[in-house]
Amino acid sequence: MNIHEYQAKELFDQFSVPSPKGRVAETAEQAQQIAEELSGQVVIKAQIHAGGRGKGNFKNGFKGGVHLSESAEEIGVIAQQMIGEVLVTHQTGESGKVVNKVMVAQAVDISKEYYLAIVMDRESRSPVIVASTEGGVNIEEVAEKTPEKIIRETIHPLAGLQPYEIRKISSNLGFIGDTAKQFGRLLKALYKLFISCDCSLVEINPLVTTPDGQVLALDAKFGFDDNALYRQPEIEALRDPSEEDPREVAASEFGLNYIGLDGNIACLVNGAGLAMATMDIIKHFGGEPANFLDVGGGATEEQVTNAFKIILGDSNVKGILVNIFGGIMDCDVIANGIVGACKQVDLNIPLVVRLEGNNVEAGKQTLTSSGVNLIAADDLSDAAEKAVQSINV
Amino acid sequence: MAILVQPDTKVLIQGITGGFGAAHAQLSLEYGTQIVAGVTPGKGGQVFESKVPIFDTVDEAMKETGAKVSAIFVPPAFAGDAIMESVDAGMDLIVAITEGIPVADMMRVCSMMGDSRSRLIGPNCPGIVTPGNGPESSGGCRIGIAPGYIHKKGSVGVVSRSGTLTYEAVWQTTLLGLGQSTCVGIGGDPINGTSHLDILKLFNEDPETESIIMIGEIGGSAEEEAAAWAKENCDKPIAAFIAGATAPPGRRMGHAGAIISGGKGTASAKKEALREAGIAVSETPSEMGSTLANIL
Ligand SMILES: Nc1ncnc2c1ncn2[C@@H]1O[C@H](COP(=O)(O)OP(=O)(O)O)[C@@H](O)[C@H]1O
Ligand SMILES: [Mg+2]
Repeated sequence: MNIHEYQAKELFDQFSVPSPKGRVAETAEQAQQIAEELSGQVVIKAQIHAGGRGKGNFKNGFKGGVHLSESAEEIGVIAQQMIGEVLVTHQTGESGKVVNKVMVAQAVDISKEYYLAIVMDRESRSPVIVASTEGGVNIEEVAEKTPEKIIRETIHPLAGLQPYEIRKISSNLGFIGDTAKQFGRLLKALYKLFISCDCSLVEINPLVTTPDGQVLALDAKFGFDDNALYRQPEIEALRDPSEEDPREVAASEFGLNYIGLDGNIACLVNGAGLAMATMDIIKHFGGEPANFLDVGGGATEEQVTNAFKIILGDSNVKGILVNIFGGIMDCDVIANGIVGACKQVDLNIPLVVRLEGNNVEAGKQTLTSSGVNLIAADDLSDAAEKAVQSINV
Repeated sequence: MAILVQPDTKVLIQGITGGFGAAHAQLSLEYGTQIVAGVTPGKGGQVFESKVPIFDTVDEAMKETGAKVSAIFVPPAFAGDAIMESVDAGMDLIVAITEGIPVADMMRVCSMMGDSRSRLIGPNCPGIVTPGNGPESSGGCRIGIAPGYIHKKGSVGVVSRSGTLTYEAVWQTTLLGLGQSTCVGIGGDPINGTSHLDILKLFNEDPETESIIMIGEIGGSAEEEAAAWAKENCDKPIAAFIAGATAPPGRRMGHAGAIISGGKGTASAKKEALREAGIAVSETPSEMGSTLANIL
């Protein structure tokens, strides 16, 4: 799960990670009012779940998702051009993202921009701190062109962040004196936040030093471990469904795992690995998968019905491939579920069904005698070939 | 010999009184597996299906019954603790079926396991099956949630991150008459106890295993590491399949660990590494068995 920058700033405040004063606005009037309250130069930032906003462009022609201004009135005018408009950045893809809110914050004088992140690293099975003197730019590019400028420090999962590790990172970034002290406090607070909130990623790009000696987080990107949300109700409450694919939101309500893609052959599968493999085999036989859909261990009539409804909500879909390895589940129960679902949703595109596993003969019998117009397949290759053929006639 | 578990292995189930744990404990008993104890805190003294004694703690259950292997069917919030309890009791093998354990918990568990004597398989896995000699492979050791009847005692070792793809490979090798020595689901989470490489090493040492099917998916680099080792050290023919060639980058494909991040962990990079190591890569999930048969 991800959150917005203004929500990240609230977490920063809560955990004493210093960042410029600011608030979120949903209208141009609010934005202008916050700018008046803050006084002096302020920054206005479009709030979307993607980075690269500074260099991004709006579809209405307005340039840049991050602007500085001395005039509260101008902030209002800029907000007007951002709110409700679509912002495209190198992280959003061509379709971009709708900006529903903007954040208005105190602008700071920047001496130097740095990069600082903490990630849950699967290779070392530990939190890893990543830092660089090259901040405010695309960090993947830095890692590729000048890997020596990336500092990585692996933290022991049980011991946690140690003072010597903080000193090491601080010294490698070139901090001395009071700046080093401030950075140390910030990193310690950030690590505490990372662990307390079950984060998978916290990224500050840029972290900045100012001429008057402050160390501040100017931007923030968070990722949270979905498996841990049950014990993070305050984080879960920050979820913004408007940032997610509505089909994925609907699917998760029915215990289905759905990811929309661009193709035209939908698939419905039990098990994540088999669901991926089913997409792959559709492609192998010359088709394009429309989605990933894992119905989990079982496949009840209710689940299949809801899955069909979500699949059919995608107007690109021209055919459906159902691939179930029954395993423990009785294939006849699954077959009845498929037939019931077909009748409920009034299916009018080709449906190919591959059923394997426990009591499969009875299941196939149920499918063929149901009167539902479907194409039975013998195995997975056969099913994928038939699905591709069915939409090409 | 098979690997990890044998038909006479004594198995304990943590969470035997939950709906899911109970259903699969029953199926394992029917398969002929030696389920000798259950553990549910607060239910010590009860008996499961008038056969299996239930204890409050793993320590007690082990001492009373001699169980050496524990299966974890405990809900995600308590699963990390349940694994640690088994490590503390000195179990040889812990098989964590539970899906949805927080990553931070698994990180702590793996770190605490350090050089303890226990091996962890999973979490988020279908478990382990060593098929038996009986009808529909019964009489073997089934730990977890795999359908027993699709197996056949034989010579192929199967290792996989995905449950349903394991069943595909098992069914294909059963239909081909090859059968399986042992099938191990290592799980779909980003942090797991046992890797592809660990299992390849065990299969390589096992006289009953004559060939191997390794099933991987996008995310991480476990398949590449296994391939690099196999190239130098493995004497047995290996066929492999990698799922997720069509998965969009940056998206978690059902399994918490199945994600291409920062351009790393793609199916094509993994297939390339496997081929480079002399492993036969199956182009589709329906040809895992035949790809293996072709190189035997
Ligand atoms: N409060 C601020 N004061 C001054 N400059 C800022 C402030 N916030 C952001 N910036 C500048 O704008 C750039 C882009 O903003 P940032 O929040 O990093 O968005 P993104 O990463 O999405 O482009 C920063 O690298 C920084 O140079
Ligand atoms: Mg930034």
